[in-house]
Amino acid sequence: MSETADRVKKIVVEHLGVEADKVTEDASFIDDLGADSLDIVELVMAFEEEFGVEIPDDAAEKITTVKDAITFIDENKG
Amino acid sequence: MFDLTGMTALVTGASGGIGSAVAQALAAQGARLAVSGSNLAKLEAFRDGLGGDHVALPCDLSDGAAVDALVPSAVAALGKLDILVNNAGVTRDNLVMRMKDEEWDMVIRVNLEAAFRLARAAARPMMKARFGRIVSITSVVGTTGNPGQANYAASKAGLVGMSKALAQELASRGITVNCVAPGFITSPMTDALPDAQKEALNARIPAGKMGEGADIGAAVVYLASREAGYVTGQTVHVNGGMAMI
Repeated sequence: MSETADRVKKIVVEHLGVEADKVTEDASFIDDLGADSLDIVELVMAFEEEFGVEIPDDAAEKITTVKDAITFIDENKG
Repeated sequence: MFDLTGMTALVTGASGGIGSAVAQALAAQGARLAVSGSNLAKLEAFRDGLGGDHVALPCDLSDGAAVDALVPSAVAALGKLDILVNNAGVTRDNLVMRMKDEEWDMVIRVNLEAAFRLARAAARPMMKARFGRIVSITSVVGTTGNPGQANYAASKAGLVGMSKALAQELASRGITVNCVAPGFITSPMTDALPDAQKEALNARIPAGKMGEGADIGAAVVYLASREAGYVTGQTVHVNGGMAMI
């Protein structure tokens, strides 16, 4: 598992208060992890801060699973 | 009660009549302020008059990019932002049939759009802090209407609707969003009215007199306080009873 994936999963666990083993790469934030739309906004803010990336709104809309987040961050972090 | 020590606030239109009273009331309760306005000299004089360690952040609220930069500037200057008071407002009165596009646009842009932009920006640090207070100064005419003020009434009613939507979005994060709706408040403009006209105005107010800026300041202090944490999506009408809603 990549370092990005570890850090993303840690943030998801902290923000959504879910058990770590539920945060698989295929897990959907809303359908599997119980996030609401405001949680997603917060997660995106947390990712931006943790990784120093900017996640524009149109990209954020496409991030629906843990894997989506990891992929976006790996492709865009400096 | 209503101690704001340790809290920070951004107040727009702070050198104006109601805005200065709101800023003074917040500062008197211990809040540290970023006061904003369009006239730098007037704003800095007001800031200096407040005493304490407050900052002046001039901003043209009709300029969207400048508005978007205001909350980040306030956070940088104050270290955090607990309270946003959308107070600034302009009027461009005219009968609808004579109202120019520019008169409509200007009032909506400054009174409503700037408040939206500031609230959107403020929600970010407030969400992270799990605490925030957004208070918008609307007006009794947003509820009752007023001939010659279709643009102003629309902008003030718009603030109420926007605040209710935002209140629902942010309630779970400890952020409250409310409005204060002044009625007639004394100002240099109302002082200049002829006595007969003042009497006619007062006759419409059960309290028999116009309100003072401090009456609005007190309502804002309450909504900004920790004690008002369970009050959200509301409009506090401060109008001497002239409209009971």
